[in-house]
Amino acid sequence: MFQRKSKHVLPGFRITMGFTLVYLFLIVIFPLLGLGIKASAIGWARFYEIATSQRVIASLRLSFGASLIAATINVFFGLVVAWVLVRYRFSGKRIIDALVDIPFALPTAVAGIALTTLYSSKGWIGVWLSPLGIKVAYTPLGIIVALSFVSLPLVVRSIQPVLEEFDPEVEEAAALLGAHRGQRFMQVLLPELAPAILTGFALSMARAVGEYGSVVFISGNLPMHTEIAPLLIVTKLEQYDYVGATAIAAIMLLFSFSILLGINLSQHWRRRRLAPALP
Amino acid sequence: MSTATVTSFSNKALTARYGRAIQRDPRWLRAGLIGVALLYLAVLVLLPLVLVFTAALAKGITACWHAITDPAALDAVRLTLFISFASVSMNMVFGVAAAWAITKFQFRAKGLLITLIDLPFSVSPVVSGLIFVLLFGAQGWFGPWLQAHNVRIIFAWPAILLATTFVTFPFVARELIPLMHAQGSDEEQAAITLGASGWQTFRHVTFPNIRWGLIYALILCNARAMGEFGAVSVVSGHVRGQTETIPLHVEALYNEYSSAAAFSVASLLALFAFATLGMKVLTERHLSRNTGNRQFSTDQTFRSLE
Amino acid sequence: MRTPTSIHLRNIHKQFGSFIALNDVSLNIPSGQLAAILGPSGSGKTTLLRIIAGLETQNTGSLCFDTEDLTNTSPCDRHVGFVFQHYALFRHMTVLENIGFGLKVRRRKLGLSKKDIRDRALRLLTTVYLEGLENRLPQELSGGQRQRVALARALAIEPKVLLLDEPFGALDAKVRKELRRWLRIFHEQMGITTVFVTHDQDEALEIADQIVVMNHGRIEQAGAPAEVFERPASIFVEEFLGISDISQPIDRLTGPVAVPDQMEFPGALEVRA
Repeated sequence: MFQRKSKHVLPGFRITMGFTLVYLFLIVIFPLLGLGIKASAIGWARFYEIATSQRVIASLRLSFGASLIAATINVFFGLVVAWVLVRYRFSGKRIIDALVDIPFALPTAVAGIALTTLYSSKGWIGVWLSPLGIKVAYTPLGIIVALSFVSLPLVVRSIQPVLEEFDPEVEEAAALLGAHRGQRFMQVLLPELAPAILTGFALSMARAVGEYGSVVFISGNLPMHTEIAPLLIVTKLEQYDYVGATAIAAIMLLFSFSILLGINLSQHWRRRRLAPALP
Repeated sequence: MSTATVTSFSNKALTARYGRAIQRDPRWLRAGLIGVALLYLAVLVLLPLVLVFTAALAKGITACWHAITDPAALDAVRLTLFISFASVSMNMVFGVAAAWAITKFQFRAKGLLITLIDLPFSVSPVVSGLIFVLLFGAQGWFGPWLQAHNVRIIFAWPAILLATTFVTFPFVARELIPLMHAQGSDEEQAAITLGASGWQTFRHVTFPNIRWGLIYALILCNARAMGEFGAVSVVSGHVRGQTETIPLHVEALYNEYSSAAAFSVASLLALFAFATLGMKVLTERHLSRNTGNRQFSTDQTFRSLE
Repeated sequence: MRTPTSIHLRNIHKQFGSFIALNDVSLNIPSGQLAAILGPSGSGKTTLLRIIAGLETQNTGSLCFDTEDLTNTSPCDRHVGFVFQHYALFRHMTVLENIGFGLKVRRRKLGLSKKDIRDRALRLLTTVYLEGLENRLPQELSGGQRQRVALARALAIEPKVLLLDEPFGALDAKVRKELRRWLRIFHEQMGITTVFVTHDQDEALEIADQIVVMNHGRIEQAGAPAEVFERPASIFVEEFLGISDISQPIDRLTGPVAVPDQMEFPGALEVRA
């Protein structure tokens, strides 16, 4: 007697999977495909022309450069913050923990106008800096500040779990072998933390390059000087230059996809490499 | 040092309570690092936050109240609430369905599916808006068809809804998938063998288990939906009273130099951010009871951009 | 070789909050001895070991190596070899780098070149029968192999004293038996004063020169295995060692043992490429 083997024990696979795929396609895949198709319809020559035009290059350089600096700043300070949160006990720790989450929870437009006002020449901080000749608002420096604000939690929350899970016996072993605090940090802790730090860095980059709301107020938006790539896309849209906007969008998409692919791949490799091969 | 008695004597319990001596940094280092962390956070995060509220009250509390109760502001609030409710609800249904399909069944290409679901996380907000303009804008694929049938998507609320839904798409699924994966499908299988239907199983077995994770996800999803700026800015048209969400309204006020008014409305969003964080802390406690791991949900869910 | 160090603990008291882990413990471990600290979980045996290592500081009481008082010496400077139950190997370093770590961090003080360190580490690798595995990562080794790397790593710094915390606790029974005998043989060869913590009375009775039976932070009895076995000082010692249940005497591994030319190890030859 032929018995049909039921593939799934629980019911509802077809309906949930079907709905998932349809919804995914309609909301995400289809629109992104649309962008991809329109971008490829531009043709290589025209695409190259747009991509290498001065204004576009300036905006990409600004977005990438500022993101790089902000991500690097946050690697240092993010490490300190994560360290303090994991290793120390002190009153007010909860406040620091909550502050780290603020850039996640606060809408970007609010952050944008607040940072701009803060660092403008009459703002609470700007007023101290302008006699020193340092201008933050409406300069690339302001962009870096805004991007640091936005990407801080990404770095801290990437490092924190790894630091928490770190086996204290490994540190003890290192100490007993003669390593003092600095040596323990540099030779034992930091190498363990390195992947998490890199992940935090990469996530920051991916986020910061595409950031709009927090940056567009403080950046001044002068073409060739303080115009970030996302803003350039918006400007081109307003001028009905759909081709230009699409081209830049395609470049940015490629960048963030490859970063996330890189992160996923490296985590996959690391899991395979560090997974015990023998019982 | 805690004064409570240690009842379980294991190295793990002692470490949890007292820390390992080797990890205790000297006082000067502790003070220094805490100082640096506090200073950095105070300048970068706390000051802007405080500024939002002081700037909101710069012209007095009456002016602040007027800005918030201004008809345009109220329209923005209404639109924002409507969009958030709609997009979060749709994404909730999707999230639950996707999590069910992915965690309770075996099939190939699970990783691919999860990566696809994650895609919106890696798209810049402006690009998230652009893709819908390319589809439904006047020069988009469906543009002529829409114009012929007098249907407005771009520069009207449907586009705002689409863009917001896109941007908050992964939230619920990404929170539920690891949670339901960790919980396994044993209980559901038991229910099925006892004769429950699929829907009954979900309602009485699965749902109570994922309740707190779902609430947590909805809180985050909603916070992001209400605060979304870049994507909405691209598709909205910025028509006051009609296609302005709260963030757009804040921008409009700011650009016309009504700074106090802008910050007044912005303070609403800031207060809401506090509420979000507060609810997050509360639900996290319930979550860790369920899965014993607090950090993974924050870690994975907060990979969003903007 | 220099004379091995003796360990002297006097009136050690250690408290965690209101929990008393060690209650007025005094103990002498003569030079060159292999001592076992035996007791159930919660007896304070691991805490005692950690105090000797300097990983915990006693509230009152003194600890001396020979005549040198160690109360104010940090664990980094005590020159103690410690083997953890779960090995605590450095995951991102190869076997060779793990073993050479203690030498590397003291390189300048000891005046060693990188080649010296490498040579020493390789030699130690051979001593623990793990040649050929120098470039492996700890994750690629079996439990027994990792334990031997941990041991080699501890020995690389030529410690005054060797401490092992339930060294075979995470291994299965067959490997445990082999490795404990090997530890005894090793001890005869190396001659370092060695203290190991265990909850397994067979282990203690089989290879230790002195057994220290602990319970609730106190030493119930300390003495040679024969003495503890034949003249248990309390009912606890009697019950814990299962003395009344034993029908035949335990097989004792005593005295100098001839080292066979080749020892077969489970897993030693497994991972050859």
